Amino acid sequence: MAKKKIPITHEFIKGFWKENPVLISLLGLCPTLAVSNSAINGVAMGLATTFVVICSSTMISLLRKMIPHQVRIASFIVIIATFVTIADRFLAAFYPDISKELGPYVPLIVVNCLILGRQEAFASKNNLGRSLLDALGMGLGFLSVLFVLGSIREILGSGTWLTFQVLGDGFHHWIVMILPPGAFLTLGLLIGLSNWINDKRAKA
Amino acid sequence: MKLFIIFISAAVVNNFVFTYFLGICPFVGVSKKLSSAVSMGMSVTFVMTISAGVTWLIYHLILVPFHIEILEYVSFILVIASLVQLVEMFVRKISKPLYDALGIYLPLITTNCTILGLALFSILRNYSFVESLIFGIGAGAGFTLALVIMAGIREELELANVPKYFRGAGITMIVAGSLALAFMGFAGLISI
Repeated sequence: MAKKKIPITHEFIKGFWKENPVLISLLGLCPTLAVSNSAINGVAMGLATTFVVICSSTMISLLRKMIPHQVRIASFIVIIATFVTIADRFLAAFYPDISKELGPYVPLIVVNCLILGRQEAFASKNNLGRSLLDALGMGLGFLSVLFVLGSIREILGSGTWLTFQVLGDGFHHWIVMILPPGAFLTLGLLIGLSNWINDKRAKA
Repeated sequence: MKLFIIFISAAVVNNFVFTYFLGICPFVGVSKKLSSAVSMGMSVTFVMTISAGVTWLIYHLILVPFHIEILEYVSFILVIASLVQLVEMFVRKISKPLYDALGIYLPLITTNCTILGLALFSILRNYSFVESLIFGIGAGAGFTLALVIMAGIREELELANVPKYFRGAGITMIVAGSLALAFMGFAGLISI
């Protein structure tokens, strides 16, 4: 099999840039746009998603020979929903503020196409080790985009970064950045930027 | 009157796409052509209204009396997934033209976050059964509106000279941002 030749570290690294779930494959856009109004929210959402994708990839990779092909999507969704419930209860119990802030977007991780996509495209076809690394890479790649997007929006929109004041009082806050339009515009510019960087690297 | 307010609020003031960021994937994927945007919007509205009713019944008649609200997400997503299948079979049986129009869009709806989002929002806001149904129709109409506007703009964009690196997803996001800005004008029209 040709697949065996891919070094195992590649499965981990590809999630950060080459196959980044948000910037390249455009998966999981809803939570990306919705909760990136501050860096902290972005990280919390990223961690919750990483947890769910790792747990469900592990589970599905172990069960992949037992799940009948016809009902695989339904089984994947039930497994994912179970782990999302765990993550939701955990956040509500230990970090009630963050849980309140993220609101219904935590349960909506269930329908995050990034997670289902990884199960369908990867975990259901590969062994445990590779699936785990793939899930970890994808989760952290997702987290880093959320963190960057959240940082940009928080700095420009509220003048703070991770709740510390970074811009002086003279700076007039761009309120629009923490409102919905700011999310679309920032992500659009980030996608353009990543295309530009990829193009430069391909030429170099 | 309250029903009318719920409808308007879900359709324009708190448009699902532009204020809650729900359903962005089909919004980006299916907004290339006007005709497919209309079909997609119709299928979503259809499934949304039915699932709003069914999830309300399940939550208030099964989950609450047995104190198993913790199963909310698992049961909702299962219901939505099987409902979409059921609706697909039903539509194929009763109306061939409708099935041909909605055809490939129906299965895609399972992973559309608007459907689950709608169910969760109407539980959060303690809507009654009828209010949930109206909320579903309103949110579906809002989604259709967003999709149709976007498709219209993207058909024009095909002819525009977009900077190379922004072609495709980049420009779509930026156009969506401007549209969201426009939709903010509706804020304050009514409050829930």
